[in-house]
Amino acid sequence: MVRSGAGVAERVTRAQRGDRVGDSPVRPDGAQKTRGEFAFSSDLWMDAMLWGKTLRSPHVAARIRSIDTGPALAMPGVRAVVTAADVPGRPTFGLELPDQPVFASDVVRYHGEPVAAVAADHPEAARAAALAIVVDYEPLVPLVDPEAAIDAAPIHPDGNVFRHLVVRHGELGASGDVVVEGNYEVGMQDQAFLGPESGLAVPAEDGGVDLYVATQWLHVDRDQVAASLGLPADRVRLHLAGVGGAFGGREDVSLQIHLCMLALRAGRPVKMVYARDESFFGHVHRHPARLWYRHHATRDGDLVKVEARIVLDGGAYLSSSNAVLSNAVCFAPGPYRVPNALIEGYAVRTNNPPCGAMRGFGAVQVCFGHEAQMDKLAAALSVDPVELRLRNALERYDRLVTGQVLTGAVPVREVIRAAASHPLPVPQDPAGTMMALPGGAGATADPVHVRRGVGFAASMKNIAYSEGFDDFATARLRLEAGADGEPIATLTVATAEVGQGFVTLAQQIVREELGVGRVVLAPASTAEIGSAGSSSASRQTWMSGGACQLACATLRSELIVRAAELWECAAAQCLFDDGEVVRVETGERLLVRDLLVPAPLETTEEYHHRPTRALDADGQGDAHVSFMFAAHRAVVDVDPELGLLRVVQISTGQDVGRAINPVQVTGQIEGGVAQGIGLALMEEIVVSEGRVRNPSFTDYLLPTTLDMPDVVATVVEELEPDAPYGAKGVGEPPAISSGPAVLAAVRDATGLPVTRAPVRPQDIAYAWRGGA
Amino acid sequence: MPPEEPLTGSAGPADTPAYERVEPYELVVNGTRMTVEDAWLGESLLFVLRERLGLPGAKNACEQGECGSCSVLLDDVVVCACLVLGVDAVGSRVETVEGLTASGEVADIQAALVEAGGVQCGFCTPGFVVALHDLLRRAPSADDMTVREALSGNLCRCTGYGRILEAVRAVQWQRGAGVSTGEGPGDGA
Repeated sequence: MVRSGAGVAERVTRAQRGDRVGDSPVRPDGAQKTRGEFAFSSDLWMDAMLWGKTLRSPHVAARIRSIDTGPALAMPGVRAVVTAADVPGRPTFGLELPDQPVFASDVVRYHGEPVAAVAADHPEAARAAALAIVVDYEPLVPLVDPEAAIDAAPIHPDGNVFRHLVVRHGELGASGDVVVEGNYEVGMQDQAFLGPESGLAVPAEDGGVDLYVATQWLHVDRDQVAASLGLPADRVRLHLAGVGGAFGGREDVSLQIHLCMLALRAGRPVKMVYARDESFFGHVHRHPARLWYRHHATRDGDLVKVEARIVLDGGAYLSSSNAVLSNAVCFAPGPYRVPNALIEGYAVRTNNPPCGAMRGFGAVQVCFGHEAQMDKLAAALSVDPVELRLRNALERYDRLVTGQVLTGAVPVREVIRAAASHPLPVPQDPAGTMMALPGGAGATADPVHVRRGVGFAASMKNIAYSEGFDDFATARLRLEAGADGEPIATLTVATAEVGQGFVTLAQQIVREELGVGRVVLAPASTAEIGSAGSSSASRQTWMSGGACQLACATLRSELIVRAAELWECAAAQCLFDDGEVVRVETGERLLVRDLLVPAPLETTEEYHHRPTRALDADGQGDAHVSFMFAAHRAVVDVDPELGLLRVVQISTGQDVGRAINPVQVTGQIEGGVAQGIGLALMEEIVVSEGRVRNPSFTDYLLPTTLDMPDVVATVVEELEPDAPYGAKGVGEPPAISSGPAVLAAVRDATGLPVTRAPVRPQDIAYAWRGGA
Repeated sequence: MPPEEPLTGSAGPADTPAYERVEPYELVVNGTRMTVEDAWLGESLLFVLRERLGLPGAKNACEQGECGSCSVLLDDVVVCACLVLGVDAVGSRVETVEGLTASGEVADIQAALVEAGGVQCGFCTPGFVVALHDLLRRAPSADDMTVREALSGNLCRCTGYGRILEAVRAVQWQRGAGVSTGEGPGDGA
């Protein structure tokens, strides 16, 4: 099934749209959020609360000779100062391996690495005290070139190469009639969630600590905090505070351990809120990438072989670099049938800012390469770029270059055709408003010079965790009679609601399964329930959704058992039908409310996805559980003399399995496209010699309402066999091929090679002048 | 190369601490006189609202006037509360999203944002409510480009703005404002 025109204005109220799976009820926290009443992690407040502040290294690489906290402790209002010497437990943390110091002790490895933290009565007092700490640094020559890092002297005891992964597939000596080659580069993107890192740590009577914090995965934070505090896990309780966006940037620990240390040291609640500049230093970014590709094809346009070399700059610490590299290598060819491949990937350590998870996770970087290559190949073969993609599109039961056979839904051709079939926008009106031209309000573009280009790109990505990770989610469901006798379902999950709308889906799932209208979501906390896994990898609809569905199924069975006991019949003679149990033979019915009279019902369920396997020495193995596909077409106006651009339209086809909430799917598509356009045109953390040059929203540019074009979307619904409701994830694909489509459109408009994302005005204007 | 100053996650020179205590002062917020006590001179209006007056509706995304998440009305003009000193708001009328909510005058904007799917993480949402309220009373029939220009100072990282712009159209439609479709600025903009 194809749903088209998701962006078309609808004047239907949500009440008319229903509240089950496939409907679009509104988010339960929406009204609160519009009123300013929703408590984000930076809105928390307690009596006698202190303010925390982090001191960070001004150096990219340095040896620390000494740290003197005395002057800070002597300042008025200062209640605690902590450094590496005060970490009670494990001195390091990390998502994959604990290789990152809680505070730098002997060596600083990146610009902005935490060195100390202070708690004081007022944020300004804390800031002044942090500045009063005397740190004696001996600056070192930083290692900032990721290629050089591979063989350079190690800057960390674990070495400089995080992972070296090679995929060898098919006949490595194969070659094609037509060969195209290219080098590509992707800059460092920031998640730029709007709600800054923030939280409130409260010392507890049992010697433990309660931390209210914005995160993507409470339990993995809890484990890292507890290890560094030297406390048993049950005495470190993490509670989800309102999360102002995430996009991967909250997968890693930022202020969690620092905050708990300060609260335990001061014996008082401590609040910490990063300012925007500190947020840029405080979380990992999208890996910058250098890509080399060589594609081989027959004269008819069938791909014969893909060769690639991928170097990801992981920065100073590991974070999730190993998994990002795995994705980059697995998806290096894109969503195409490739019989032979030799793909080599490196994720390396440098003294640049640490990089890790961001929406699209490795698939984004390589998409800029494989899609530019497909266009090059189309040009070399003199065929239409869309036709070339259709010709080579993956189908069900094809093999990836990792040898994995695609057993799920693989609607690659459908998403490509959908993206290509939307009507093109009307041509630029030469007499139209300047605001609609490249450069907008700057009124600098000359309409005569503006050229329009159209570009195309397609992509694929895995869902959920891969390579043998036991990925699961937990849900507890309680059914009880309310004061009026009507049933209330209370769902407890530790799933981090980061804005994606899982809270809406959870209610839809319970209503769908049990026919119970009143569904309450309990607060997410490690003290209440087991792990839900991370709100990452487009996985919560499937994983936490699966756990909710399982819990509903268990309670449905128990309701049937209760009904069968009342009727003194076999449970097999009873069915559950939309909030009622029906006795098949007699047609008698019992309402859920009647069946809850004896006692409430409760169950806790874990949902695991099908096991996956680690890639072997040749990069072969069934590493992933499922895949999502998307295609994007971009229409871009360019004034090549000024190097200014305006994206006019993005059309897309996206494979979602099933849209559980179509309005929310549309929101994910439009939001992901914005981040893709951002990476293609304006978003880059500028790092020179390891130093971050633009840690602010003044200098790190995000798309505004004036940068965003119309997005026309077609949602392709081909049910995924293994997934609850057949639903795949939807969050990441819009952010993957949208950017490469934009760069393809710039190439189409200008004829320039455009091999770097983001493309900067000077990249176009200088090349244009040079070529003209 | 800029000087290598210690990074503390907060801009400003190290040698000018901004935490001189000031006498208690009064602000008129949402029509109510409120006393700000125990404050420091350098506190922004945003900090005073959020941390001293219990009004966290205005948000703190950039504290540099770039994102609009702290939008409030100061004598009926939309400002970034992070760029106004608390003490500079003495003698002015401050209206926050909480006050606009209580008066009911933005109820249709709030409902439309939720209905259209214009709220995801919601961190930018209060700022958008204030900015939209300001726009639609000045230019009820603003066309698409005028709306986009008016909202271009409010960043949203989740939605890509599509559902927010859809909510604007819904409010204009509900309020019976004829939306101009031609080029150029909207009526009254």
